[in-house]
Order: sequence, then structure tokens, then C-alpha cells
Amino acid sequence: MNQYPAWKNLLIVTILVVGTFYALPNLFGEDPALQITSARGFTLPLDLEANINDALMVENIKYKGREQQGNRLLYRFNSPEEQLLAADALKDALGEQYVVALNLAHSTPGWLRVMGGKPMTLGLDLQGGVHFLMQVDMDTAKGQMLDRVVNDIRTALRSERIRYVSVRREGTGILVLLRSAQDREGTLNIMRKDQSLLALDVNEVETGEHFGLSVKVREQQLVELQQTALKQNITTLRNRVNELGVAEPVIQQQGKDRVVVQLPGVQDTVQAKKIIGATATLEYRAVDEAHDAFTAAQTGRIPPESRLYNRRTGEPVLLKKRLIVSGDQLIGASSGFDQQTGQPQVSVTLNGIGAKRMLDFTRNNVGNRMAVVYIEQKSGGRKIEEVISVAVVREPFGKRFQTTGLDSMNEASELALLLRAGALAAPMEIIEERTVGPSLGADNVAQGFKSVMIGFVLVLLFMAIYYRVFGLIADLALFFNLVLLISLLSMLGATLTMPGIAGIVLTVGMAVDANVLIFERIREELRNGNTPQASIRAGYDKAFSTIADANITTLIAAFVLLLFGTGPVKGFAVTLSLGIVTSMFTAIMGTRAVVNLVYGGKKRVGRLAI
Amino acid sequence: MRILNRKTRIDFMGQRKMAFALSAILMALSIGSLATRGLNFGLDFTGGMLIEVSYPSAPLIAEVRANLGDAGLDDAVVQTFGTAMDIVVRIPPRSEEESDAELSTIILKALQVGIEGDIVMRRVEFVGPQVGDELAEQGILAVVYAMIGIFLYVMFRFQWRFSVGAVAALIHDVVISMGILSAVNVEFDLTVVAALLAVIGYSLNDTIVLFDRIRENFPRLRKRTPLEVVNTSVNETLARTLMTSMTTLLVLFALFIFGGDIIHSFAFTLIVGVLVGTYSSIFVASTVLLRLGVSKYDLLQVEKEGATADRRP
Repeated sequence: MNQYPAWKNLLIVTILVVGTFYALPNLFGEDPALQITSARGFTLPLDLEANINDALMVENIKYKGREQQGNRLLYRFNSPEEQLLAADALKDALGEQYVVALNLAHSTPGWLRVMGGKPMTLGLDLQGGVHFLMQVDMDTAKGQMLDRVVNDIRTALRSERIRYVSVRREGTGILVLLRSAQDREGTLNIMRKDQSLLALDVNEVETGEHFGLSVKVREQQLVELQQTALKQNITTLRNRVNELGVAEPVIQQQGKDRVVVQLPGVQDTVQAKKIIGATATLEYRAVDEAHDAFTAAQTGRIPPESRLYNRRTGEPVLLKKRLIVSGDQLIGASSGFDQQTGQPQVSVTLNGIGAKRMLDFTRNNVGNRMAVVYIEQKSGGRKIEEVISVAVVREPFGKRFQTTGLDSMNEASELALLLRAGALAAPMEIIEERTVGPSLGADNVAQGFKSVMIGFVLVLLFMAIYYRVFGLIADLALFFNLVLLISLLSMLGATLTMPGIAGIVLTVGMAVDANVLIFERIREELRNGNTPQASIRAGYDKAFSTIADANITTLIAAFVLLLFGTGPVKGFAVTLSLGIVTSMFTAIMGTRAVVNLVYGGKKRVGRLAI
Repeated sequence: MRILNRKTRIDFMGQRKMAFALSAILMALSIGSLATRGLNFGLDFTGGMLIEVSYPSAPLIAEVRANLGDAGLDDAVVQTFGTAMDIVVRIPPRSEEESDAELSTIILKALQVGIEGDIVMRRVEFVGPQVGDELAEQGILAVVYAMIGIFLYVMFRFQWRFSVGAVAALIHDVVISMGILSAVNVEFDLTVVAALLAVIGYSLNDTIVLFDRIRENFPRLRKRTPLEVVNTSVNETLARTLMTSMTTLLVLFALFIFGGDIIHSFAFTLIVGVLVGTYSSIFVASTVLLRLGVSKYDLLQVEKEGATADRRP
């Protein structure tokens, strides 16, 4: 007699029921949808829905469903065409304060969703989208940090009235040259006191006629710099991506200086790349009114407290080295037109410190000119710096003001976006890109599905013909293996990719191996003259250790793939290893339960249909 | 239905010299092909850019090339992909001056020149040179670590002679598979590395099943020589080996035919690997095992050790 205890049968049934339940959401497909959120993360006002409905009504677009999830509104549509029309209409109607993102919302029914049921996430290769791997240019970040320290030292020395010969970057450190041993002693004292200069290693060096100090930034400081730079970059990227309107972006750190950005559904990759990689920021500086810029440019004699810049038109401008306000003191920016001149402009809002400094400056400089410098950091330390506007300060102002001098409305809105999202702490470079257009994604889904189905049906037929009743039992197990695999992938929130589908296909082919092993064993036992019941028992028992060994070694290979693989390889490894685990369950326990049900209860079994 | 009607008694091990010669020749040819022709490395390892676009109607390749040349992209390689309407443009890695954002825009613009209707961007892949090197390194490391892991596990479950046999079979499979990839010029990308690791997993599966039977048969067939034991074991597992290879090949052919162009190299590698792996688990792993002088004492010892370990408090 071959019989499973009741608890074992119950366990199997439970697992299969739960598995089937969580695999169900994948049957329902997805709706093209729009996701509306506030650009600043505020709660959505109550009249927003009415506005949206009006805007859709005007364009005569009907939506299929509407739901609110926390701070986001989701509108479902019947077709992608309507979705795109609605997106344009809502972007116009709602303006810059709201983000309207294209989305694919899965149409899992409510009773499934309540239980946490959700379909598998499709990878970028299946739904289309962009994958970027970006490397943070740490050398430039370090250079910028050294520049900042150089500035700090200069300011400190100036305020303590110590006259220096020079303070400049030299290699990975800074060299300070002073006129006397006394000055050097004084400088050392300052550095020991000044909070902002504490983390430096300072050593005296002999440099011929001058008294030198070599300043090095401590290693730990550099590590911290690297971490903060990366963190800030990720935050900035997140802000920017939100501004772009992407429904479910992934922005993650990879390794110590890399960031992965995945934007599902984004089609305009050129725009995405431009916004993501941009490092533009603004600086506000006073114009040096005491000297003439043209003479300085011609003679090359530039006053020590000033620097020579160029306007967009090419003419030189002399600006004070001391900064009034920089981009990181900016908390808001929006683009628009100047009411009087009709020129594109960016309205800027400063934070407390920035506002105070701006007010101090403008109060003392009414009638003087102030310049706006546009800075764009390129990878490899190259920098674009140009003066976009020079204007006379007519009255003191602080928190809010306008910047003009931009070439086009497009440039104004792009700059406003970048200023809002914050500047990158260090420039980044795209070192890997994988973009899949939506048409290819759809093709991949269709082909993947087709090959799984065909492979699956072929194996089913083959097994049924070859092992008859036992083959049908194995087919049943194979079907549930697929169901369990899909439900595990859905529950774990794993992303299904094309290589992942390949993994599923391969699992289908290899999953029957356990059954083949068992059935061949049973046949062997029968040939050796054992009774059917004994043969079944011996077949399952003897095959078990073989199956375990064989599968564990395959799992080792799959795990290595999981550890080393990136992207496509990982997707394959995930489905392969999960497939091995589920197939062990269905092929051994699952089939045994059915075999027991069919043959186990009978005292005498004449012949096994195997 | 049966493939093999009754118990087979094929003298596999009698053919082992022949098999050895065949394997040696195949290995030599593979290494030769790898050394002279090399692998057709894909973008993942070489770096560079690849753009696939779909035209409204089949374009003239020469014209597309000329347009790209006009845009300053003389080094672009243009090919059709799947259908005559799909075009793939490959650009070798360039100096870092030009950012990839600009490059893909330039290419897409150049491809649109003189075409009525819009071209559709299917995919853009860009891999920087530093990434390419890393991916290659990771790929090699993955294969090596998988082999080490397997070696240790087999040693733990069986004995070192079995480990050597299994890993020898795996190296045999990987080398010959790669040799065939090189000979027929299949593009070698990341998915092929994944496929090679799957081949390792698959071939190992076969080998372990055989080893398991050998382990079981040594005590059962006490009076027989190791060669006879191995021969019997190969025969006993033969039906299963062929059957599983068959089902796996069925799905792989489905994948190869219906899975689309992106999965082609992957499916092809696996088909080759499964064929080679099936052969190697019958001939290579067991031959190595015999060469190393496996005997019933090897396995008995292991059991004894286990028994004493159990009795320890």
C-alpha cells in the first residue's frame, strides 16, 4: 500500500491552492494609465479631480477607471492612443505643479489585490524603457572639494590679515606659500582653530625663498566626500526623474561610485539623457565696477579679487571672485515670460541663508550690477561657464527674484527643472545604456510567450505518449510547476525579463527530469520482477538522492550566476533556481500524491500504465 | 512507449579509446578555432553602440551606410536584422570626448534621412569600454567559481576522483561548445555566458545521475571489475539520459525557432551544449573516473568515515 498521511496531502493541496491564487493576477493584463502626483509631494487638492475631468471632457476623452492611492491619482484608459491624448491634455491643464506620468496599471481585481496579489513585473526588455548605468566622476568631485578648501584658506587668511604669496592646488593637495616664519606660524594656528579647516593634514615644507605649508585632505574625509556625493547625486536624480514624469523609476547605487537608473516606458531617451546627465547650475556674482573688462581681457592683467568671464555673446565681463549666492541655496525655480519684455525668464526662490546674503548684497549695491553665471560641468573636469545676464540692481531684494538672459523658453524651463531638482554633487557619465523601444518590447513578450507555450505543449505530449498514465501525472505536475514558478516570481516581486523567460523554458524541459528518473526506476523495478506497489515505492525512494544531488549541483551553478551576473544574466538565474526548487516539489511530492491516489489504495494492482 | 526496449548491454567503456580520440580531436579543433578565429564578441564585451531601427519599408543598405558616412560615422557597421526592414547599426567604441547621448541622436537623425514616414527605434545599447572589460572578467570568474563549487560539492558527496571526472567533463563541454560557437561565428554576448553556465548545470546533472548509479552499483556488484560496474551503470541510466536530453532539446528548439533574434545565440549555445553534455556524461566523466583508478574501496571508505563520525558523542 502506498499512501500519504492526510497532513501531507493537505500540505500539497494548500501549497497548490495558494500558488494558484497568487499566480492569478498575471491573467488580467494591464491598462494604459496616467499617474498624477504633485511635483512637490504635497497632498492633492480636492478640486484637482474636477479640473482633470473638465480637461478630459474638453478633449472628449473617456477614461475607464479612476482611483486614488495616497498622494497619487490614477486614471485608466481603454487604449494607449487615448492615454497619450489625455497626457497632453492634462499636462497643459495642470501645469508645472503636477507630474503627469504614463503608466501601465495592472488590472488585478480588488479581491486579489486585497490579499497582496500582484502580477510579475515586466523587465525593461519586455515593456520598453531605458536602463542607464552612470559613473560618478569622483576625480572632478575631489578637485571641486580642493578648490573649495583653497577658497576657505584664502578667506581665513584674509580675515586674519595674513598676506600670502599664493594658495593653490598642487597634485592631490594644496600648497600655501607665505613670506615669513611668523606668518606660517599664524596660518597654522588659524587652521587648528577654524572648524571648516580642521580635517586637514598640514605639514611645513621648505620651498626655497618662501615658507610653505603642504595641506592634504584626510583619506577619511575623501571617503565621506565620495559617499555624500553619491547620495546627493541619487537624490538629485530622483528629483529629476520625478520631474520627467516616470511612473515607476528605479534609481539605485551600484558599487561605490555607480548609479543604476531604470525608466520603464520612457520613449524620448534623448530628452531623458539630457536631463539626467545635466549638471547645470547658477551662480550670482557682483560685477567688478572698478575695472574695465575689455582692458583686462586685452592686457591679461586681471585684478586679484576678480575673474574674467565671457557673456554668451562673447564679450568679456569682470566679476568678483566672492560669490553672492550659488545654486545649492536655491529652493524653487519656475519658468515663465517677463511681463514687460516678453523674454523667457526663470523665477528663483532662495533659502534663508541665500536670501539673507542676497539682501545684504543688494542693499549695499543699489545701482551696481550683478551677473548670473550659468555653469555646466562636463565629465573629465571640463566646465562651461558663461554669463547669461548682467543687470543693474534697482532695489534691494532677497528671497524671490527673476533671472533673464536665456535663449529660449525651452532653455528656461529646462534650467528651472534642473534648479528645482538640485545640482549634481559630481558630474556623471553614462557608461552603459540599454534602451528598448515599446514595439520591440511587445514583440519580445509575444515571442517569449509563444516559445514557452510551444515548448510546454511539446513536452506534455511527449511525456503522455511515452509514460502513459504516469506521463499524464507528470504533465499535471509540470503544469503546477509552471503555476508555482509564476506565483513565486509574482510574490517575490521579481522582474521578468527575456532571459528570465528563457530560464522558464529551460525549467520546463529539465523539470520532467525528476519524473523521468523516477519512472525509469519504476520500470526497472518492474522488470526485475517486483510487484507494482513495491516498484512505485522503490522507484521514488531510490531516485530521490539522485534527484537531490543532481538538482543541488545545478543550483550551485545557478547561484554563481546570481552572484556574478548583472541584468540579463541575473533574470535567467532567478527563474532557473526558483524553477529547480518548485520542480523538486511538484515532481516528487506532487506526482507521488497523485500516484498514491490512483494506485496506492488498491491492494492488488495488475499492471502499471507506465 | 520505449526508446530502448529492454535492458541495454552496450559496451560503452569498450569504446572509450575511440571516444577519447574523438574528444581529443574535437578539443584540439575547438582550441584551434578559438585561437585562430576567436570568438565573435558582442557589444557586451567589446563596448560600443548598437542601434536597431525598423523602417516603414526595406531600405537600401548602401544608402543607409552613405547617410551615416555623411554624418561622420564612417566606422558604422550596418546589417539587416531578422527582416529586411529591420536594420542594426554598430559603432565601435570611441574616444570619451563624444558622449553617448549625442551619438545616438546623430545616428537616429542620419538613419531618417531621405526616408518617407518615421523610422521606429527598437533598441539602443551602449556599453562603455570599462564596463565591457568588467563584464568579461565577471563572466570568466562566474564559470571558474561554478566549477570550484561543483568540485567541492561532488567531493563532499562522492569522492575526489568523481570531482575530477565531473569537472573534466564540464571543461570538455565548455571548450567544445565555445569552439563550435567560434567556428560558426555566433555572437558571444552575456546571454551566451549564461547559456554556458546552464550547460554546465545541465551536463553536470547528467554526470551526477550516472555517478549516483555507479556509487549504488559498486557494493551491489562486488565481484565485477570497476570497468564492468561503470558499463552497467551507463547502460542502466541510458534511457533516462536520452529521454531528458530529448525533452530539453524539444523546448530549446521551440525557443530557438520562436524566441526571436535576441535569444538566438542563447538557444543555439544551449542546444550545442546539451548535445555535447549528453555525450560527455556517457563517455568523458566515466572514462576519467576509470583512468583515475576508481574502485569499490573508494566509496566504502567514505561510508566508514561517515559511520564513525555518527558515533562520536
